[in-house]
Order: sequence, then structure tokens, then C-alpha cells
Amino acid sequence: MSDPILRVTDLQKYFPITKGLLRRHVGDVKAVDGVSVEVSERETLGLVGESGCGKSTAGRAMLKLLEPTGGRIEFEGRDITGLSRRQMVPLRREIQMIFQDPYNSLNPRHTVGTIIGAPFDVQGVTPPGGVKAAVQNIMERVGLNPEHYNRYPNEFSGGQRQRVGIARAVVLRPKVIVADEPVSALDVSIQAQVVNLLEDIQDEFGLSYIVIAHDLSVVRHISDRVAVMYLGHLVETASADDLYLQPRHPYTTALLSAVPTPDPDVEKRRARILLQGDLPSPSNPPSGCVFRTRCFKAQDRCATEVPVLRELATGHTVACHFPMEEVSAAVPTPHTRSAAATDVSDSPHLPH
Amino acid sequence: MSRFLEVEDLKVSFTTEDGVVQAVDGVSFGVDKGETIAIVGESGSGKSVTSASIMGLHNRRTTKISGSIRLGDDEIVGSPDSRLRELRGKRMAMIFQDPLSSLHPFFTIGKQLVEALQVHNDLNKSDARTKTVEMLDKVGIPNAAKRAGEYPHQLSGGMRQRVMIAMALMNDPDLIIADEPTTALDVTVQALIIDLLKTLQREFGTAIVLITHDLGVVAETADTVAVMYGGRVVERGTVRDIFYRPQMPYTWGLLSSLPRLDDLRTARLDPIPGSPPSLINLPVGCVFRPRCQYHQFVDGGLCDTARPPLDEVAKGHSIRCHLSANERERLGTERLNVTTVTSPLKEGA
Repeated sequence: MSDPILRVTDLQKYFPITKGLLRRHVGDVKAVDGVSVEVSERETLGLVGESGCGKSTAGRAMLKLLEPTGGRIEFEGRDITGLSRRQMVPLRREIQMIFQDPYNSLNPRHTVGTIIGAPFDVQGVTPPGGVKAAVQNIMERVGLNPEHYNRYPNEFSGGQRQRVGIARAVVLRPKVIVADEPVSALDVSIQAQVVNLLEDIQDEFGLSYIVIAHDLSVVRHISDRVAVMYLGHLVETASADDLYLQPRHPYTTALLSAVPTPDPDVEKRRARILLQGDLPSPSNPPSGCVFRTRCFKAQDRCATEVPVLRELATGHTVACHFPMEEVSAAVPTPHTRSAAATDVSDSPHLPH
Repeated sequence: MSRFLEVEDLKVSFTTEDGVVQAVDGVSFGVDKGETIAIVGESGSGKSVTSASIMGLHNRRTTKISGSIRLGDDEIVGSPDSRLRELRGKRMAMIFQDPLSSLHPFFTIGKQLVEALQVHNDLNKSDARTKTVEMLDKVGIPNAAKRAGEYPHQLSGGMRQRVMIAMALMNDPDLIIADEPTTALDVTVQALIIDLLKTLQREFGTAIVLITHDLGVVAETADTVAVMYGGRVVERGTVRDIFYRPQMPYTWGLLSSLPRLDDLRTARLDPIPGSPPSLINLPVGCVFRPRCQYHQFVDGGLCDTARPPLDEVAKGHSIRCHLSANERERLGTERLNVTTVTSPLKEGA
């Protein structure tokens, strides 16, 4: 594997909790606590987890849209953690973001031409042939009619707006794009169009993606590797196929088992691992392993000792004292549809 | 044969500044007690308007409604408000997508549940209170007596949805309409809520109309399915009909658009081109025609000129499509073979 283009080590983002008139610092919401991920050229890393796990905060902190509390961010081998806003400006050409909500992330008073061309303005560059030509070119590339250059966002549907957001992100030909829930606001048939578009422009422009999403099926489809977060911590990282066929962290296992498959027979056969209880507060996380309060494998040791990420198989790291057994048929037959489903139903029987 | 809830040729339209919106156009389906029907569709397909009409929740001044909605012996369409108020809550209840905006933030959940109970029953306060706590306990809220004294904001999303379910079940209704009940929830919580709904359905024998866009949830919960597009039911059948023997190009498109957890990432998604129609000025012929890649297989441009009727292609399985049976067989196999829903299609019909 080539050197990672973006490497994040032990990233932390705490939001202080203050109290009283003097805004005394009484604690922290540890939104992201020690996340390490990397993404190589032309690779897609999926970052998944449930709401409140810190995945969006992590994505923003990686781009320094939020100032990280701790950790190190390297872009092409260069440490960018301490750079000021001004120093970051040239780097913004290389690292871009696609937002979730295509309704709120586009200025309603600007034409889509202005919106997509804005990055040129900000960077003070003029592409060969002029901004308008470059913008129309990219509009065509993402499936928008270049003649709609002068229209306003409200004249477009949700799917088309997301295409505008994508066009704006790629117009400077960046190397890395962080996409925060790029398709979750879209209808199924439109979602597939946008997923395909993201894959196409990745091939064409040689992009690396960090895709943040809660929809595990979309993440599996689009990612090469997947990192799973829970309460600000990274609990498991693996190649997409390994993670889905051989989840080793109890949380990942439960999460995957909860996703319904559009296949009634598979649904009838499978057993779910139902997680009881609520997500603990990130301002007062449990001692030891953060997942232990809801974990079906938790033992005394989990309360006292924080599990560190360790590599259980090549490229498969897990932060758990008692990881799930490797499924014995170590070479799953991915072409049979029931492979993943069977894995899940083989999981240990759990108190309901 | 008349089922417990029977919707027949339901038409709902609103007048807006831009023209008349034909939100629902000739929808028919039914469901029996103890059964679940899923109404599937994308935004703007008319699924939520259909459910609001069943509850009689449409605005009478701006909405034109025709057709028939029979609940047991009662006809909902044209019933006076007083009768609807008796039916709502008592015989039919609704669970909404967003439990935070459907619960009153100023009152404790206990008070809101007690009210739901006292509207329909002549119960004194302490009896109502006891029953409320029992119901909260039943929907799996730990420490129910204490929780009843809390306000909605003190509960998590999953717990609030449980409160909504408790409220819906309070008067032991025969029909529950669940409009995207798990869309706002995380998957692990969704699994718990669906599990709860199924258990309660078994216990109370409730008929459930489940409105959703999530085909995974449909596969998990529904007995029958109605696929809606552009205000019409375009395909209707058992859950196995829809997933293993779909006959209508829109359903094919929906199924092949979905990434699946049990697929390798190599398979490219096969989306439906274009976007859903505006419900003002719908096409004259088939509503799906502008996005359908198979219209050239129908002779004489029928798709442009004639609205396809809802035809029964097998027992209990109906579709709106002009394609001939042979063409459907050939094209369906072809479409779904190259994408995700391959093998099951070949299963015995």
C-alpha cells in the first residue's frame, strides 16, 4: 500500500462544559477521544457509528473546520495540526468537504454557477479558459445541465442539489474529500444515482474519500475500509469485506445484526442482537471500555482497563478485551447471498 | 371478501397556488387484524397523505377526498368530526415519525397518556394512572412509575418512540398506522422498536399499516406490500411477491437501487434515472413512463396515452403496467439478474 495521503493520529476533540458567571471549566464532552485513521490515494474510508458517536465531529476536526483538542493530522506527510486558518487556505484546495443537507449547504441567494465557482474566488485562481467554462465543464461532469448555470438552488431537486455540492467540492481537483452523510437526505432511487456519481468521479479524478455515514449498507458498498466509532472512540477498523463478514468487536456485531436486509427469507432466518440501554453521556463516559454498559460480553476487566486497538488479523484492528471468535470458515464465500446473514445468526445467543 | 380496513379507490387532492395537487389517485388496499401492510414509496408518492386520510386528519376546507375507507362497520370518508373523534385513539391510532414534536413538551408523559385514556374511558385519575404505568412497563420503559413523571425532553429518542407506541395502544385500538416509525432512530434502536411492535401486534391482534421508504424494514415486518408512485399504487402483493417476483419496472428499479449489506462492493448500483414527478400536471398515461426504460416494449405508445389499470397478475398480486406477461418475465429476469436481487427471482412462483 502506498503512503497514506491523510493520516490522523490520536485525534481528540473536547467541548468544554462551563458553569456560572465566570464560565468555570467543570468538565468536557469528549466528542472524539483518540481516533486514528488514515486514507491512501484513491481509497475510500467509511466512518460509521450511531448518532452521537462523534463521527461528524471527527470528520470536521480532521479538516480543521473544528480546532482539534489533541492529536496529529498529517497531509501528504506534512503535519498540519498547528496551522492557522490563514495557513490552511492553500491546503483547502487539496481537501474538500461534501455536506449532508443539500438544502442548507447552498446559499439560496447565489446562482449555482456562483456557488460552484466560489472556490476559485476564495483561492484567487483563474482556471485556464475562465471560471465559467470550468464550472460548466464540471456541471456537465456531475450530471447537471450546464445551461442551468444561472439558476438558483431552489429550482433544483434534492438529488440535483447534492450534485451541485459535489461539483463545488471537486471543481478545484482536490485530493481528499470528506463527505458527511452525502446521500442520507435523498430518496432511494436518487441515492443510488449519487453513490454512482461519487464512485465515477473518484476514478476519474483519483480522489480519496472519507465517507461519514450511518447507513451501513451504503458504507459497505462505497468503502474499501471501514472504521467503526462508539462514544468518541474507534472500536474496530477493517477492510469492508472483513468487517461485514467477520466483525470482531461486539458493538460492530450488534450494529450489523440490526440492519434489516431487503430480503424476507433472510430476515426470517436471522437472529438479532438487541442492545439494551441507552448511549452513555460523552461528558461522563463509563470507566474502562466505553461500550461495556451495553455489551453482552462485558466482564470485570472491562470496567477497569481501557482496551487498546490491537491488530487481530492483517489490517483488522479491534479495541476489545474479549473479541468475537473468528468465524471458523475463515474464507467466506462472498458470492452466496446468505454468507453474511449466516454469520450473524451464528453469533452467541443473547439475553433478550 | 372484506377485510378489517378496506381502502377503495381513494382520491385526495389539494388546491394550492400552483394548481391542483392530485396527491392520491385511486388507491385501494386492505388489511386484516393481526396483519401488517407496508406502504412503500419515495417522498411525494402520496403514502403519508393516504395514512392521514385514513385517520381523517386532512384539512376539510382545502382537501377534496373521494372513494371509500371502511374500518369495520364505519365509513371514514364523509364521517362527521364527532364520529371521527370517537374512532381516533379508540379504534385506530397513529405513531408518527418524530416523537419529539408529537409529544407536548410542557406536560409529563404520564399526564399525556392519562389524557389519552380519559378521553375515551370513564376512568378516575388513579385508575388511569395505574393503567398508564402498566402500559409504559409493557412497552419496555424501565422504572415506569418514575418515568411517567418525566417530561419528553428527559427521554432518549428510542424511549420517546416507546411512549408514542404506549399512547397509541392505550385504548387497545384495532388499527395502528405507523408513519415512518423508525426513520429518526438509530439502527440498534430501530431493531428494538420493530421487535416491540411485532410482539405487541401478536398480543393484541392489531392491524398495522406501516408507511416507510426502507425496504429492509418492509422485508422484516410486512405481510403484504403496496408500492406507491406518483399518488398511485403501482404494485401490490405479498411480501414475497414484491421481493422475489416483482412485475413492475418501478419496483425493479427500487430493488436494484439498494446497496445491500450482504453484497460485495464490486456490484454497481443500478438506479432509476430522473426524479419523481410533480403531482401537479401528472403525465396522462403511466405515471412512471418518463423514468421507465422499457416503454419501447409496449406497442402503439400506450404508455403515453393510457393509464394502466391495476391488473391482477397472480392471486393477490396486482400491478399497473402495460408490458405483456412475456416481456415482464424476460425484462424482469434480465434487470434483476445483473444487479442485486438475482437468485430469489428464480424461485418457484
